[in-house]
Amino acid sequence: MQFDRRELMKLLGLGGVVLGSGLPGFSLAASKGKPPEDFMFLQLSDSHWGFSGPPNPEADKTLKETVQAVNASKLKPDFIVFTGDLTHTTDDDALRRKRMTEFKAIVSELKVPKVYFLPGEHDASLDKGQAYQENFGALHQSFVHKGVHFIAVDNVSDPQGAVGDTQIDWLKSELGKLDKDAPIVVLTHRPLFDLAPAWDWATADGAKVLSVLEPYQHLTVFYGHIHQENHRTTGHINHHSAKSLMFPLPAPMSVPKKAPVAWDPQHPARGLGYREIDLKDKGKAVTLEEYDVKGGRV
Amino acid sequence: MRGVVIGVALGLLLELTGRVLAAESSPPRVIKMTAKKFEYSPSEVHIRKGEHVVLERKHGFKLPELGIRADVPPGGTARVEVTAEKAGRFPFACDVFCGDGHEDMTGTLVVDP
Repeated sequence: MQFDRRELMKLLGLGGVVLGSGLPGFSLAASKGKPPEDFMFLQLSDSHWGFSGPPNPEADKTLKETVQAVNASKLKPDFIVFTGDLTHTTDDDALRRKRMTEFKAIVSELKVPKVYFLPGEHDASLDKGQAYQENFGALHQSFVHKGVHFIAVDNVSDPQGAVGDTQIDWLKSELGKLDKDAPIVVLTHRPLFDLAPAWDWATADGAKVLSVLEPYQHLTVFYGHIHQENHRTTGHINHHSAKSLMFPLPAPMSVPKKAPVAWDPQHPARGLGYREIDLKDKGKAVTLEEYDVKGGRV
Repeated sequence: MRGVVIGVALGLLLELTGRVLAAESSPPRVIKMTAKKFEYSPSEVHIRKGEHVVLERKHGFKLPELGIRADVPPGGTARVEVTAEKAGRFPFACDVFCGDGHEDMTGTLVVDP
């Protein structure tokens, strides 16, 4: 199922998209920890630090301006997550590490308690995550925040875009600790479903991953990779992609050849931005707000 | 046997060897593809409806509408047999991340009526 965010907002008469169900049946035992509290975090994605070219003549400024915008905004996120492609790929291992070092220095200016990182294929595919791990740590991880379980899935360090059986076993193990109605957020880079396989907008073994996620009734997926906002549902699971901080890409399969949307000097940075994610109702009601790189609400 | 070799600058080489066969019992036409970063050339490969071909590639290759995907072992070659059951244009892409320009590695298999 595909839906347009603005159409849904109108239908619901809401300022944001409420995508969690808030269904009855939740028990505190579900989280096996602290009772979930309302909180908010930001999703930033696809900053491609090191890219240069006509799709973004301000490539060396956009990420820095975004950091300034986040710091200047009234938003007080508990944390920020970057869902991959932190840096733009290069065959030069030394340059890859230099870009990662520069990226870390820029985002270290973010005034938030915590920043989580995920790899994208530009960061991790060519060396199977070696430089990424040196700079950012584990390729996949899990953490609990205010009773909500976050699971970051790596579908990029295998250059064929697969999660792999070993990580899927780990995923099963992580989820196996939780009740089926526990609030869960899955973070990843590529879509876990076949959004546009001909454009390589898929995960090679995504169906296997989704079959593991499917039994969990309050699970939402946030990802990057496609450089635009997109909302889909597989089964009962909602999947939300984020905008890029470098250049937008066209809607899936909307043009014969995938290529960055041309930079518009009349509307610089159009199509770029970041996302606010609010989790309420014990982590089961998910509300999204989109912002441009200047911090303006979209 | 009719062989066609299409070489390109940048080293990407698409070699078409074999023949278009009249008899079903004849061996399929073999399309050998040795790809180089970051494009397929030609970006369109034409075959005829009903034709049985073998695609051999040394790069990632996914053609989802015809259910074709091949893992490529390091330094090896992927070999996929396909019979084009219907005419049309079917996009394909490299599905093994190969660096800056990977996203440009797309093309179209054109099945002529």
